[in-house]
Amino acid sequence: MSKTPCFHCGLDASAAEITFDDKPFCCNGCKTVYEIFSVNDLTCYYDLQASAGAKPSDIEGKYNFLDNAKIVESILDFNDNTTQIATLYIPHIHCSSCIWILENLNKLNPAISASIVNFGKKTVRVTYNCNNITIKQLVKLLGSIGYEPFISLDDYSVGKKNVDRSLIYKLGVAGFAFGNVMFLSFPEYFQVTGFWIETYAPVFRWLMFSFSLPVVFYSAQDYFISAYKGLRSKILNIDVPISLGVIVLFVRSTAEIILNLGTGFFDSLTGLIFFLLLGKFFQQKTYNFLSFERDYKSYFPIGITKLYNDGKEESVQVYDIVKGDRLLIRNEELIPVDCILINGKARIDYSFVTGESEAVSKKSGDKLFAGGKQLNGSIEVDVLKTVEQSYLTQLWSNDVFNKNKEDGFTTLTNAISKKFTIAVLSIAFIATGYWLFVDSSKALNVFTAVLIIACPCAIALAAPFTFGNLLRIFGKLKFYAKNASVIEQLAAINTIIFDKTGTITANKETSVMYEGSNLSNNEESLLRSTLRNSNHPLSRSLYSLLDQHNIVTLDTYEEHIGKGIEAKHNQDTIKIGSAPFVGATAETATLNTAVYVSTNSKYKGRFTFYNKYRKGLSKLFNKLKKHYDLVILSGDNAGEQENLTKLLPAKTKLFFNQKPEDKLEYIKHHQKSGAKVLMIGDGLNDAGALAQSNVGIAISENVNIFSPACDAILDASKFNQLYDFIKASKSAIKIIKWSFLLSFFYNSIGLYFAVTGQLAPVIAAILMPLSSISIVVFTTVSTNFLGRKLQKKKAY
Amino acid sequence: MSVIYILLTISIIVAIGFFVAFIIAVRNGQFDDSYTPSVRMLFEDELVKEKTEKTILTKND
Repeated sequence: MSKTPCFHCGLDASAAEITFDDKPFCCNGCKTVYEIFSVNDLTCYYDLQASAGAKPSDIEGKYNFLDNAKIVESILDFNDNTTQIATLYIPHIHCSSCIWILENLNKLNPAISASIVNFGKKTVRVTYNCNNITIKQLVKLLGSIGYEPFISLDDYSVGKKNVDRSLIYKLGVAGFAFGNVMFLSFPEYFQVTGFWIETYAPVFRWLMFSFSLPVVFYSAQDYFISAYKGLRSKILNIDVPISLGVIVLFVRSTAEIILNLGTGFFDSLTGLIFFLLLGKFFQQKTYNFLSFERDYKSYFPIGITKLYNDGKEESVQVYDIVKGDRLLIRNEELIPVDCILINGKARIDYSFVTGESEAVSKKSGDKLFAGGKQLNGSIEVDVLKTVEQSYLTQLWSNDVFNKNKEDGFTTLTNAISKKFTIAVLSIAFIATGYWLFVDSSKALNVFTAVLIIACPCAIALAAPFTFGNLLRIFGKLKFYAKNASVIEQLAAINTIIFDKTGTITANKETSVMYEGSNLSNNEESLLRSTLRNSNHPLSRSLYSLLDQHNIVTLDTYEEHIGKGIEAKHNQDTIKIGSAPFVGATAETATLNTAVYVSTNSKYKGRFTFYNKYRKGLSKLFNKLKKHYDLVILSGDNAGEQENLTKLLPAKTKLFFNQKPEDKLEYIKHHQKSGAKVLMIGDGLNDAGALAQSNVGIAISENVNIFSPACDAILDASKFNQLYDFIKASKSAIKIIKWSFLLSFFYNSIGLYFAVTGQLAPVIAAILMPLSSISIVVFTTVSTNFLGRKLQKKKAY
Repeated sequence: MSVIYILLTISIIVAIGFFVAFIIAVRNGQFDDSYTPSVRMLFEDELVKEKTEKTILTKND
């Protein structure tokens, strides 16, 4: 059977047999999207990138909350009652076709006047006339072409956020001044005496002075602030010698031109700050489309349906829900508050909250916790607590979420800067002392020259360029770190803690094992035919795992909710479901999820579902065990314990039934005894542990959609490369140490000139950029080499 | 040689002109998204092609 990819989305379309315009489609949804595009002359979409689309999902009723004017107002960027502008986050944006179709929305609906895509952020900013199209219709239109926007509680009142562009401004100012000062200082480099230079030098010097003013007082202000903060908390961070250098450079240069002693070091001053800011800018690699700060708000819906006594439905904002309200939770909707089930069959998926993979059934009168997802039709619930007071959201009131991890961590640069600052100051004082005896007129000159030339520009650049470049390389390999300090901390860890469900197991895949007496051919075909009729998730997954058999027409079929299914064909009856339902005895009980089967009232056996572990798990653990303590903290029951002990190295510690707070406490406890913990998790239930750990990595099957707050996001397909990433981080630390050596070498040359009192501006102007540039080249080349090695590993 | 004052003034005015252009560009958000425009500029051709096709169609009608 050959596979024909769907013309729209690229999934296998051979089974569906839907053709339109001689093109195969996997489902009617994809066909409809194609029809929409072809009617509107937008089939160019498929020329840009084949099979670029996504299946449109059924969103009937899902966006009813957009009828609520208050909610709409909070989402919109701009609204003057005819023109509205909304920025919508669309996770599916992934290729040039997406940009093209979303920027041509006006062809699908003339009420849309403009739409602009930001590919990096995966957003589209739509301007439309709200008299002709409402935001709800707009969202539905996007949904119908496979670009369903994602609107969560996070969007509430977020729209007016300002972008921080101050670093670009500062860099621009410094670069502008650097270029101009360089050009103005040229005449004096080449001609020291003469009528011309004596007449015009003051003009050039004062111009350079005025160009350096904005650099010192605007571009460099972050360094002064950081140095001041460091000194106040008695830490000699790298910004202390930098600020000292900048101040001395500026004061001495100004004094020189006022007293007409020389041209000053304005070129070195502006160049220094320009290079430093460049390093900062380079390090600031941000993944706009990823969010590392997600809390429950990104998961929660923005609006929910409230029911009134007279049966009226209304969409309300989640924050407006009060105790005692009656809510309607539709299929696939998230329960936003703690509540009591009143009506309907609830099957709640708590995997976000607890990590438990199995959905649980609840009956009327049971308590439901916020964060669960309803899987089976709609239910009615009575609210017990408001959003902020619900069980899940209380986790976020824990102190760990307000702590900044970087605060408690001494970076390599700052560690070295302490010794460096002390050394430089002692050299400066010794040299000054010496010159006071020999030639006191030179003493001040030498003192300032030492501080100028020792300004640790190269040291300050080593880490940003190494980590910045590695951050980019990691990003290409689908390991997205939040910032440079994450890489540095990753190199220092000694304990690795894994979550189980979704982290070391693959989310969607399960393997199934049959235990019991063999089923005859007839029985197997009956089993499969029966399962085919059921929509229960377990039936669906079991059905897809069974071998092909003839499908027979059933005489009777009955589904007993919460128990199992029963069917009859000719003389045979079959019962599939829980142990008591099919009449299995208690001795067969297992902690794992199992489906029991009996035919003609005789118990036959059970299908047990096992987690499927990620590829290369065992290999990864064996590599890691030599260097790290390995722990597994699972929110799940101990059903997989036996399986895991077989699979993993013997000294791996296994803990089951761990609540989110337990995980957090476990990490805290071990950190107190000196462990540097790397936590790897996936769900909201790990959020506390990820925040508490030294480095928290979230594993994600789809990096665009869900991940809890963390320091780094690792694409699930790269899970087995985890060790390589840690090793690369360690090599990065080595590269930085080598760069330090290199910059000490330059510093000693410079110090020779400074101590002997021969530091001319032109030497400083050559030495400073030379050392900075060679550090940048060295770190870039060596990290690229590292990256090459990483990429090669991928091939195996 | 006093012409140097004029030359300096001109050069600084030109430099400041570019600097102001840079500030305006940043303020307009041109540095916020450095990827999409690079793709967008390649689209113009397709749009033009399509429009001409459409006009031909309407003429035939």
